[in-house]
Amino acid sequence: MGNKDLTPANLFENQKRHFFNRLFKFLVKTAAFLSVVVLVGIFALLAWNGLQMFREVSVFQFFFTSTWNPSALNAPSFGIGSMLAGTMLVTVAAMFIAFPVGIALAAYLSEVASPRMRGVVRPIIELLAGIPSVVVGFIGIVVIGPFLAKTFALSNGFTALNGAILLAIMALPSIVTVAEDALRAVPRAYREASYALGSNKWTTLVRVTLPAAGSGIVAAGVLGVGRAVGETMTVLMATGNALEVPDSLFDAVRTMTATMAIEMGEVPFGTTHYFSLFAIGATLFIISLLFNLTAEYLAAKFRHQA
Amino acid sequence: MMRSLVLLFLLSAIVACRPVKTIEQIQIKGSDSEVAVVMALAESFMHHEHRISVSVKGGGSGSGIAALLNGKTDIANSSRDMSDKEHEMAKARSIRPVPVVFAEDVLVFILHPSLKIKALTLDQIAGIYRGEIQNWKEVGGPDRMISLYGRQSNSGTYVYLREKVLKAEYSPKVKGMNGTAQIVEAVKQDVGGIGYVSLGYVQHNNKPTAGISVVSLGLGEGVSPLDRAAVTGGLYPLKRPLYHFLNGPARGALASFLRFERSEKGQAIIRESGYIPVEGPLAIAPGADVVPKAQPVHGK
Repeated sequence: MGNKDLTPANLFENQKRHFFNRLFKFLVKTAAFLSVVVLVGIFALLAWNGLQMFREVSVFQFFFTSTWNPSALNAPSFGIGSMLAGTMLVTVAAMFIAFPVGIALAAYLSEVASPRMRGVVRPIIELLAGIPSVVVGFIGIVVIGPFLAKTFALSNGFTALNGAILLAIMALPSIVTVAEDALRAVPRAYREASYALGSNKWTTLVRVTLPAAGSGIVAAGVLGVGRAVGETMTVLMATGNALEVPDSLFDAVRTMTATMAIEMGEVPFGTTHYFSLFAIGATLFIISLLFNLTAEYLAAKFRHQA
Repeated sequence: MMRSLVLLFLLSAIVACRPVKTIEQIQIKGSDSEVAVVMALAESFMHHEHRISVSVKGGGSGSGIAALLNGKTDIANSSRDMSDKEHEMAKARSIRPVPVVFAEDVLVFILHPSLKIKALTLDQIAGIYRGEIQNWKEVGGPDRMISLYGRQSNSGTYVYLREKVLKAEYSPKVKGMNGTAQIVEAVKQDVGGIGYVSLGYVQHNNKPTAGISVVSLGLGEGVSPLDRAAVTGGLYPLKRPLYHFLNGPARGALASFLRFERSEKGQAIIRESGYIPVEGPLAIAPGADVVPKAQPVHGK
């Protein structure tokens, strides 16, 4: 054995293996590093372009006024108040729908469903995430819009509620998968202790399993919010894009994402209007980054506990 | 295995490089009001000229002009004139925009038929779109909230209506649709709906579009935009030129396309699509170089 190691052929084999080891380590490292570079790069680009807007527009006007009219007849105005309100309204409403449904679904999958049933339902929910947003938006125009108009006696279905329902559908997969994983990670012993004390399945779920999976459940919700805040095409098609501050869910709203998508195509390069779209992008980036970091933090905390 | 793969690759490369008939491309982009009629013109033109391929895209006048300034299109369709700002930018990028008016259009207002309103004055229209008039009963209709439909700010029609009729900003309640066709579809379904569109969207082959009612403008009975003579004669207000903007004088394929638009066949297509053909020859120099001249602009 020891002699064999010293033959030139084996030495070469060894070197080769060593070389490939290092090569792959390097490649994988580069890939990981690249994603960080891309993230930082995107933020730097958004911030650099966005900040240039503040040479002409005050910070106060941008964040705290609600008239957005960059191509006005007289003086242009750059207030994102109505869009912030629109984005928040649609997102919060979507969560009111998606969160309870998502948690219920997750509880069903992890606590109630037979393994066979779970094998059918879970892939279907995951497939929901694969529907292109344009298609979801189309369903909003053709199906959900007219339905809402009829149900609530509105003259049309281009409302924040329409967008919220669609976003709820789109956020559902991420909520269900994360919440189910959290529930499954709760040790069996917890449930068995509860059964031993005489509680039924429902009490065990509500009093023991859900609280034990608490931070994971919250992380699922936060991740869903992140998903909903950034969605563009669906809301652009379904919510009517009116630039007013909405009074209710039955008003048409225009979100921050829709504004960027609509106006990017026509805006002349290097103008205040151009920079202001980047500023909206940076604002949106920070909002969804905060949500994702919170979700990460909560999920990590929960992993620690489990 | 490897060898046959290489062979296959080479073969496909050879097939791909085989000299085909050289086809000249014309890119046209811009106004949503113009897209249908220009597409009809382009199709008929390609039928005659097999060597030239024309692609027509919508997206709004603003997008068309932006594409011309970015060198991304040969012709920018626009239902409004270029702004001073756009002229400045063209200068900075050494692009020489040449306007060609190939047809005329009027701005038309459409309503849901159940409103039973025949005519509105321009002042009423302005009040409605500025958000001062919010219920149809204020203008002789039923007690119903007005639901406003409009275009995004990249639309030439949006800019034209604001400048000529509103003379102020739009109400923030206007729902910004992504194209004229979407406005027509939305108004069909909305019992309180009003929208503004181009003439070609309310009639085709002299038949009015079903499911919407077209507003006559003026006092009393008003003048209908479907009345051909009134529109051509300028009795119906809001007549506007439809532009092509080129970068410099037209040559080659571009020139023959413009010439086709002015031909009898082209004018017939413009008429069938619901628009008003422009009279008078294009100032075409002999040979390939064509210098199109702007037509007198109405209501500028």
